[in-house]
Amino acid sequence: MTGLALNCSINKKSLFDRKHYFYADLPAGYQITQQRLPVAVNGSLSYSLCVGGKKNQMVTRTVRIKQIQLEQDSGKSLHDDTRSQTLIDLNRAGIGLMEVVMEPDMSSGEEAAAAVRELQLVLQTLGSSQAIMAEGQLRVDANVSVHHLGEALGVRTEVKNINSARFLARAIDYEIQRQIKELENGGTVINETRAFDYKLGCTIPMRDKEGKQDYRFMPEPNLPPLILYDTKSLPANMNHQQVVNIDWIRERLPDLPSVRRVKLVEQYGILPEHSFTLLNEDGLMEFFENVVRQTQMNPKKVIGWILNDMLGYLKQHNLTVQESPVSSLFLADLLNLLERGTISSSAAKQVLEELWKAEGKTPLQIVKEKKLELIQDQQELDQICQAVVEGHQEEVMEIKKGNLKVLNKLIGLVQRTTRGRADPVLVKQILEKRLSQ
Amino acid sequence: MLRVSLREISAALKEGRVSPTELCQRCLSFIKATKFLNAYITVAEETALKQAEESEERYRRGQILGDLDGIPVAVKDNFSTAGIETTCASNMLKGYIPPYNATVVKKLLDQGAVLLGKTNLDEFAMGSGSTDGIFGPVRNPWSYSKQYREKSVQNSHTENEDSNWLVTGGSSGGSAAAVSSFTCFAALGSDTGGSTRNPAAHCGVVGLKPTYGLISRHGLIPLVNSMDVAGILTRCVDDAAIVLGVLAGHDPKDSTTVQDPFKPFELTSFIDASKLCIGIPKEYHAPGLSSETVALWSKAADLFENAGAKVIEVSLPHTRYSIICYHVLCTAEVASNMARFDGLEYGHRSSMDKSTEVMYAATRREGFNDVVRGRILSGNYFLLKHGIDVLLTPTTLSDTIPYVEFIKEDNRTRSAQDDIFTQAANMAGLPAITVPTALSEKGLPIGLQFIGRAFQEQQLLTVAKWFEKQVEFPMIQLHGLMDHGHTVCQHQKSAFFS
Repeated sequence: MTGLALNCSINKKSLFDRKHYFYADLPAGYQITQQRLPVAVNGSLSYSLCVGGKKNQMVTRTVRIKQIQLEQDSGKSLHDDTRSQTLIDLNRAGIGLMEVVMEPDMSSGEEAAAAVRELQLVLQTLGSSQAIMAEGQLRVDANVSVHHLGEALGVRTEVKNINSARFLARAIDYEIQRQIKELENGGTVINETRAFDYKLGCTIPMRDKEGKQDYRFMPEPNLPPLILYDTKSLPANMNHQQVVNIDWIRERLPDLPSVRRVKLVEQYGILPEHSFTLLNEDGLMEFFENVVRQTQMNPKKVIGWILNDMLGYLKQHNLTVQESPVSSLFLADLLNLLERGTISSSAAKQVLEELWKAEGKTPLQIVKEKKLELIQDQQELDQICQAVVEGHQEEVMEIKKGNLKVLNKLIGLVQRTTRGRADPVLVKQILEKRLSQ
Repeated sequence: MLRVSLREISAALKEGRVSPTELCQRCLSFIKATKFLNAYITVAEETALKQAEESEERYRRGQILGDLDGIPVAVKDNFSTAGIETTCASNMLKGYIPPYNATVVKKLLDQGAVLLGKTNLDEFAMGSGSTDGIFGPVRNPWSYSKQYREKSVQNSHTENEDSNWLVTGGSSGGSAAAVSSFTCFAALGSDTGGSTRNPAAHCGVVGLKPTYGLISRHGLIPLVNSMDVAGILTRCVDDAAIVLGVLAGHDPKDSTTVQDPFKPFELTSFIDASKLCIGIPKEYHAPGLSSETVALWSKAADLFENAGAKVIEVSLPHTRYSIICYHVLCTAEVASNMARFDGLEYGHRSSMDKSTEVMYAATRREGFNDVVRGRILSGNYFLLKHGIDVLLTPTTLSDTIPYVEFIKEDNRTRSAQDDIFTQAANMAGLPAITVPTALSEKGLPIGLQFIGRAFQEQQLLTVAKWFEKQVEFPMIQLHGLMDHGHTVCQHQKSAFFS
C-alpha cells in the first residue's frame, strides 16, 4: 500500500538477506533485511511548505523515494553510564518494520520536516502506521552532508535519536551549520553516526557504531522469495486469502492527503493553508464537514470558527477533536443563530464559552438564559445610543471634528451596556444619524 | 520384548499384551544398564513415566491417539524440548531449558509417544563420529556384540576390552546407538551432510533422510538452514514409514516446508522389480572405499537385476565438486547461525565483562569447542539425475573403527572423508535412506544407501523395504553387555534376552 501510495514500482519478487554484526540489542547476531531486492523502489513523495518572508506562500516540493524494504527491528539499548552497564530491552527485537529510504533531495531542516509530516499523513491515511514519532511508531534518521554548488555530495553523517518533526528540523539545521563550520576551519567531516541531544539542541558522536563494517550479507535461508501477484499473474487455483494481489490493493487505496486537500479547497472555497490544518489535526476535517452540512453559514466563514475558536480551545486544553466537549451539532446550531441574526458575533463567542463547560445546554437555551438575543426593539436601541452620546460629549466633539475612528469607541460602549446584544451595524447607523443631527 | 519392531510393539500394546508403563519402565531400566554407551545426555524419567501413564489411561478407555501411542522414543539433543534440557552437547547451551517443543517433538507427543530422553551427538551436530560433544563420545553397541567379539578375539592382540570400543559414526550417534541397543523403538536425528545415515549404517539400523521441506525444522537448532532435515532412525524400513507419516507436512512456523498436503502411506511388501530402474553412479567408487563395501554394493545391484529390474551405470560428474561446495556453504551458514550464541539471552556467559566485545569473544571461546570454532565463509549449487527411480550407493567408506583409531585424524578430515556419499543428497535436498545390508568380516554392520527423487518417499521406502527383506540383516546379539560387569537385575536379564 505504502509503495503504491508513494508511486513506487513494486517488485513482484523480493528477497530477504541476513546482515551480520555483533551488538547487544541484536540477539541473533544478524538482522533480516532486504538488501539485494526490496519490495518497492523508485517512488516519490510531494509535500508543501510555506516560504517567503511572511511564510504565506505555499510551494510544492518532491523528494524521491529510493526504496521501501521489509526488515526486522532490533532491541533497545539503554546506556547506564553511572553503573558502567548497558540494559537491553528485547521486546521489540525481531518485529517486522518497513523502512522508507529517501534520496538526498532536501536542503533544509524545514523541508525534511515537511516531507516527514506529509509521510506521516500518508501512512495514517493508508492505515499502515499511526506514525507518531514520540511513541516510536515512526523513527527518522537523517543523513546530512554539505557541498558547494556544482560539486559532488559531501561526506555524510547519520543523525539518530530524533523524537519529533520539529526536532528533526532543528537537528538537521544544527548539523548543517556544524559541518560548514568544520569545513571552513579546514577540518573534515567524518562519516559517523551522531545522536541528537534535544536538551542542548546539538548532535554528538555516538561512541559505539563507528567505522565501516563488513556486514557479510548472506541470503536468508529460512525465508523463500516473497512473491506478490497482480491480476494478470495470479494463478487460477490460488486461495485469495493466501496471496497479495497488487491490483486489488491499488483499487482500494483511499484518497491520499494531497487529493483530499484539493477536494476540500474546491468544494468549500477555503484556502489551501486551511486544508493543511484541517488534515493535520486528526478528526478536524470530519468535524468541519459535519458543521458545514448542518448550517446555512458559508463554509468560508465556518472555517474561521473551526480553526480559530474550536482548535484554539482544544489546543489550550490539550484535547483531541474526538474529546471536544462541543459537538459539531451544537456548533452548527450556534452558527445558525448567528447567521439568522438572532445574536451578534460577540454574543456567539460568549455562548461558545458556556458550551465548553458542557453542561448539556443547547446554544438556544444558553442564549435565552443569558438574554443574549440581539435587541430587536429599535426604540430601546435608540434610547441606549442616546444615553451613550449624552454621556460622552468629548468623544462626540472628536467625531464631529472628523476623527471617525472614535465612533468605534462609542459603538463599543453601546455593546458593553447591552452586553453584546446590539447589532453593531445598526448601532453605527443610529449613532451616525444622531451625530449628524 | 524390546527387540521387536515398532509395528509389532504397537500391536502388542493394542492387544494388551504389554502396558505402556511396563514398556516405559523396561526401556528406562535398559537405558541404565547400557549407560556406558553414553547414548543419552538427559533421561527424562519422570515425564516419560507420566506420559506412559497417560497413554495407559487412553488404552484403557479405548481412545488411543494413533500407532505411536505409548511407544518409547528418543530425540537428538539439538531438538528443543519444552522443560527438558537441550544442550547440543555444548557448553554454550548447558543448562538451557527451552520454553517450547520443536514441531517434530510436538507431533510425536501429540500422537502419544513417550519421550525417554535426549541423545548424545557431536557438538552442535558438527562431526561424523559423535565423539566431539562435551558429554563425551558415544560407544557403538556393536562393540559389545557377540558377532564382533567372536571375530575380534581371533584377530587382534587382546588389550583391555574396554579401550577398544568402536565409534557410532555421527553426528546422530546417540540416537543410532539408542535404537540399535533396543532402548527405544525410534529416534530422531538430524541430517545435514549425512548425520543420520552415517551412524545408522555404522550401528546397523535404518536411517532416513527425508526430502528437504517435507518435515518442519522449527525447533531444530540450525546448523545449515538450507540443508538441515530431521532424520528418522528405526530398526526397520516399515517403522521409518510410520514415523514419517506422523512427522511430515507443512508447518506455518517453517517457511521452508512445502504447502502441498502430505498423505501418510503404508508400504507394500511386494514390488514389481521389472518396472524399476536403479542407477549406480560411477563417481561413487571413491578412494578409501573398502573392498568389502564394494563387493556388497555389487551384490546388491545383482539382487535387483536378478529380480528383473533395470540396473544401469550413471554418471554424476559434479560429485567431486559437491563435497567442496558443501563445506563452503556449510561453514558460511554455520557462522551465521552461531552468531546468536553471545551468552546474553541464554546459555553460557563468560564472566569476563570489561566490555561487550570482550565478553562476546570470551563467551564464544569458552562455549564452543575447537571444531565449532574452526568452521567459517559463502555460495550455491545443486545435483540432479534423470530417468532413474533410485540411485544405489554405499553409505560409508567401510564398517566402523575403534575410537582410538578414529581420533587419529581431526574432525574436519574425518567429516570430509565420511560425508562423501551422503552430502550430495543434502546439497540436492533429495530423500535418502540407509539400509543395514550385511556384516563385514569383522562382524560389523555395513549399510547401503538409496537416494530417491524429491518427495518420492513412498517409492524410495518401498524399494528399501523390499531390499531389506531380501538381505535379512542379522539382529545384534548383545550378550557382551552382560559380561561387561555392570549391574543388571537378574530377572531383567532373562526377560530381555529370552
